[in-house]
Amino acid sequence: MDFNLNEEQQMLQDTVARLVRGEYEFEKRLKYSESELGYSEEFWKQLGELGLCAVPFPEELGGFGGSGVDVQSVMTELGRGLCLEPYMQTVVLGGGLISQAGNNNQKEEWLSRIATGDIKIAVGLDEPQSHYNLNDVETRAEKSGSGYVLNGRKGVLIGGHAADLILVSARTSGDSRDADGLSLFAIDPNAEGVERRVYPTMDGAKGCDVFLNNVQVGADALIGEEGQAGAAIHYQTGRAVAALCAEAVGAMEEAIKLTLDYLKTRKQFGVPIGKFQVLQHRMVDMSSELEQARSMSILAASVANDDASDERDRILAAAKNVIGRAGQFIAEQSIQLHGGIGMTWEYSLAHYAKRLIMINHQFGDDDFHLEQYASLLQAS
Amino acid sequence: MNMNYTADELAFRDEVRTFLEEKLPADIASKVKEGRRMSRDDHERWQQILVKQGWYATHWPEEYGGVKWTAVQKHIWDEESCRYGAPRSIPFGVNMVAPVIIKFGSEEQKQHYLPRILSGEDWWCQGYSEPGSGSDLASLKTRAVRDGDHYIVNGQKTWTTLGQHANMIFCLVRTNTEVKAQEGISFLLIDMNTPGVTVRPIITLDGEHEVNEVFFDDVKVPVENLVGDEDKGWTYAKYLLTYERTGLAGIGASKAALSHLKAIAGRQKKNGRPLIEDPTFAQRVAQVEIDLMAASISNLRIIASVEGGGVPGAESSMLKVRGTELRQAITDLSRRALGPYAQPFVEEELALEFEGDHLSDPDGAALSPQYFNMRKLSIFGGSNEIQKNIVTKMILGL
Repeated sequence: MDFNLNEEQQMLQDTVARLVRGEYEFEKRLKYSESELGYSEEFWKQLGELGLCAVPFPEELGGFGGSGVDVQSVMTELGRGLCLEPYMQTVVLGGGLISQAGNNNQKEEWLSRIATGDIKIAVGLDEPQSHYNLNDVETRAEKSGSGYVLNGRKGVLIGGHAADLILVSARTSGDSRDADGLSLFAIDPNAEGVERRVYPTMDGAKGCDVFLNNVQVGADALIGEEGQAGAAIHYQTGRAVAALCAEAVGAMEEAIKLTLDYLKTRKQFGVPIGKFQVLQHRMVDMSSELEQARSMSILAASVANDDASDERDRILAAAKNVIGRAGQFIAEQSIQLHGGIGMTWEYSLAHYAKRLIMINHQFGDDDFHLEQYASLLQAS
Repeated sequence: MNMNYTADELAFRDEVRTFLEEKLPADIASKVKEGRRMSRDDHERWQQILVKQGWYATHWPEEYGGVKWTAVQKHIWDEESCRYGAPRSIPFGVNMVAPVIIKFGSEEQKQHYLPRILSGEDWWCQGYSEPGSGSDLASLKTRAVRDGDHYIVNGQKTWTTLGQHANMIFCLVRTNTEVKAQEGISFLLIDMNTPGVTVRPIITLDGEHEVNEVFFDDVKVPVENLVGDEDKGWTYAKYLLTYERTGLAGIGASKAALSHLKAIAGRQKKNGRPLIEDPTFAQRVAQVEIDLMAASISNLRIIASVEGGGVPGAESSMLKVRGTELRQAITDLSRRALGPYAQPFVEEELALEFEGDHLSDPDGAALSPQYFNMRKLSIFGGSNEIQKNIVTKMILGL
């Protein structure tokens, strides 16, 4: 039994940590967030140049052949810096979907460019009515000539405003909420009939809703078999969940560090407020939530790339449930222990809190994953 | 045991309802119900409607233009005005500095300030907290030194709510450094337009400008602006805080927020059904509603016990903790109701004037910002930890 990173993984994590420390101090992050792009193109380039976008891909595609734990190492450090670049969307989820379901042409065309950081991908799986149920798809793709015509709306594509390629799920058969009949399409964001409504998000990133009005795509836009995309979507969003868990742990560690520093330095009634037992115990509760979250992030990372199974689903649902609850507790209590200063825009703590809460709104909150887990109780 | 309103109280409730139906401007009510941004003008318009009705100064004696309501009547007003979406009065003038001036101020101060509060000529803000003095308020450092007919004030206040609109600030200042912290504090009224006063905005995590820092740099304040006696300000401050806490439980506001949540959850979908019918979500809403029912009765019990006109004691601390936790739980659920759509921060939709297509729920844009904004409830007016310390001492005797 060994819970330590091996030498290569440690080097990987140190590389990301150094990069984030150098490029992502809080004031810079505020500037990136307020810019039109909403993140740093320069930082994204560096992720590519340092080979970090190549981490999960097989070596024959220019990748690093990295495991779930390698992705975890990267994501935790990105979480620590509250990094805004679409790494999870492009590398983990977008790249994962193409790797799993794409044909050789598609893999050749896109994966090598993802691995070098040359393209950015946004993935649209949610819809206004879906409430995290990714089978709840009303967007339709109808056969038209040799290709398809797409109509519908995909919701909250983080990074969609600046993506070079957008992947969307659409129904080619079946009723809405059927697991079968989903297909995955690659869309050019500038194609005719594609409209984007762009907005900032609560946690300082940017995203958009994508409206598809009679969008004509060729047969080569279909990723995987028609009507069979459900399995890849399910599997790859599982990897995204593991990545988000890792990111959340980085953000939690920072929020806790800031709060602990504050308890030691802020004086009221003539003593550091960390001398008050009620605050000490609260800090202990926050720290043990973090330990729970760390454990589940490790577990999630270790099964993220396993073959699909109920057991993998159970673990990923459990991890996201723990992370969702721990994230909310740590977000709320770190603000509470800071008092007013924890609520201000110009201090970093509030931004960690916002990111932690928003992670709970990506790929299912703790309630959603509790239900997922409950439905698999008998599976083991 | 009788938990029903008397015939007179029922008649009063009808009168309140009729008034709200007829006089509360619809645009203001929708802003309040939907959590949209209120302008200064909105507050002022509503204040003048209340003043005209004679229902603005509910904590003042009638001789100064107040209205003599019983604790039950005040409660009915709170419940009904929240239900109809009336904004809460900005408390700093009418409900905070005024009761202090009435109880401890000079006749000249009463004659000068009280009518100006009613007319809206003066907009007050509160100068209590300082960067180094939050929960430990008595450690405040803003200095006022007597110089002939003036005090010279130097220092800094913070978390000054709506100070950007205010022309007057009531401040706790240190006038004596030789004595125990609590014994060297005075209560001073300062004109914000005096040279040396600077207001700087603090933007909060939801992007709002609600609070400010106020700096005092050699500010000359006439001695007649001292309330009561020099160095006795702590007594007045404590008197004021009991007024502040009474309203902080916000039971009426929570009831309104809960019904808003249920409306949203009725419109949002999960698995093809309204979210409010989803067993998981319905149970979460039910739990909050049950706890709110209990808190609401606790609130009534406190009201009944102070029916004589007294000021509630440490019980109001208990209720502040419970009430704010409930309100926060409701904002948590409202945010959750949106699912992935809790993420977009669509500021333009927060204006009532917004006429475009709503990104998700028509009231959705305010929900995440409100959740974050409402974290303040357990921090301000004495943090919930401080409230529990008060209960520990005053009720439990520990």
